[in-house]
Amino acid sequence: MRHLMSPLDLSVEELDQLMDLANDIEKNPAKYAHACDGKRLATLFYEPSTRTRLSFEAAMMNLGGTVLGFSSADSSSASKGESVSDTIRVVSCFADICAMRHPKEGAPMVASMVSSIPVINAGDGGHQHPTQTLTDLLTIRSLKGRMDHLTIGLCGDLKFGRTVHSLINALVRYTGIKFILISPEELRVPDYIRDDVLRANQVPFEEVIKLEDALPSLDLLYMTRVQKERFFNEEDYVRMKDFYILDKAKMELAGPDMLVLHPLPRVNEIAVEVDQDPRAAYFKQVQYGVYARMALILTLLGIEVK
Amino acid sequence: MLNVGRIEEGFVLDHIKAGKAMTIYHDLKLDKLDCTVAIIKNAKSEKMGKKDILKVECPVDMLDMDIVGFIDHNITVNIIKDGEITEKKDLRLPKQVVNVIKCKNPRCITSIEQGLDHVFILADPEKEIYRCKYCEEKYSGHRNK
Repeated sequence: MRHLMSPLDLSVEELDQLMDLANDIEKNPAKYAHACDGKRLATLFYEPSTRTRLSFEAAMMNLGGTVLGFSSADSSSASKGESVSDTIRVVSCFADICAMRHPKEGAPMVASMVSSIPVINAGDGGHQHPTQTLTDLLTIRSLKGRMDHLTIGLCGDLKFGRTVHSLINALVRYTGIKFILISPEELRVPDYIRDDVLRANQVPFEEVIKLEDALPSLDLLYMTRVQKERFFNEEDYVRMKDFYILDKAKMELAGPDMLVLHPLPRVNEIAVEVDQDPRAAYFKQVQYGVYARMALILTLLGIEVK
Repeated sequence: MLNVGRIEEGFVLDHIKAGKAMTIYHDLKLDKLDCTVAIIKNAKSEKMGKKDILKVECPVDMLDMDIVGFIDHNITVNIIKDGEITEKKDLRLPKQVVNVIKCKNPRCITSIEQGLDHVFILADPEKEIYRCKYCEEKYSGHRNK
């Protein structure tokens, strides 16, 4: 039985297969409409995340399966002090597969160690968010037509932003990738990403402070939100949250094929006026997220559709 | 010169950094074993100036030498059987250590999950970096202070 804790749990070949499957689902949704008849997905969300949870639920429903679960720790037995290990043992009796989001880093891994059903990490603290990475990779491959030889700008909260860490980990395995890391000094990528991932894989990268400096050379700009819940005090959050706002004027500095991605929800880091720009791909990205999760559910459940 | 008698079966841990013998004594949980232990502090050493030595009389499979390797892989381990040194063990950094150190990341699941082992994995043998198995936080304490 397989689980998904990190994007690196899947080899490049497995990722390719998964993305091929996702693209086939996109083209032939009816073919997959009953692939998971009689199967149940448990969504165990110890912290609120409407978007990811609904995406998982939509994915399972599109496959003909059903869903059950909780959407905050308050409405689960965690509020009574139940451990993650106990919860997953119980849930294993109710469902065939589960997606877990937890504020504590490593919680889904603890679940996977005792679970009798596949566990998908749907985000653990500031650590990993592999299904967002699958979504991002699928969006890039589908819209750019390739995964290699890309200059990718990552902008915003690169320190606590788990989507960014997962994406970097996944992209360093492709050839010709270059990163431009755009963030304030305080929110730069952690040392382990810089040393153990980027330098260790000899992936070229630059760290810049101004978004304008990076825009002309990018094939792809990945924007992130400066998340309030990652800060220990409000003052720091207020001081930094408006540092990097993408608007129409800045978009003029970018090339005609540069894609803008964002894991959403956005607050104000992408001005609404950018939504009309054909390079804005963040709402298409949401749709690809459903296809990616459908492909993942099928893969982990070992269901093949002829 | 202080003389400590020879042991029949057990270990002699030599070349311990001076002052660290008691730390190793506790990390190996020797206080919990009903066996003879000699702790020699500040012995003269040509190589180190001063060193500590631990002599432990117990069956040779009773102690987890990975812990010693994790604390300081420069320590020499002599295995004694029938009063003679039968093996000099080279210590290596263990691939993982369980319940020796604790993850200090307040966001790690180990901070709340009951009964969960604290596991650190050797992520980079060259730089001797250990990371928490669950949250991948680097162990930032000193193994051999």
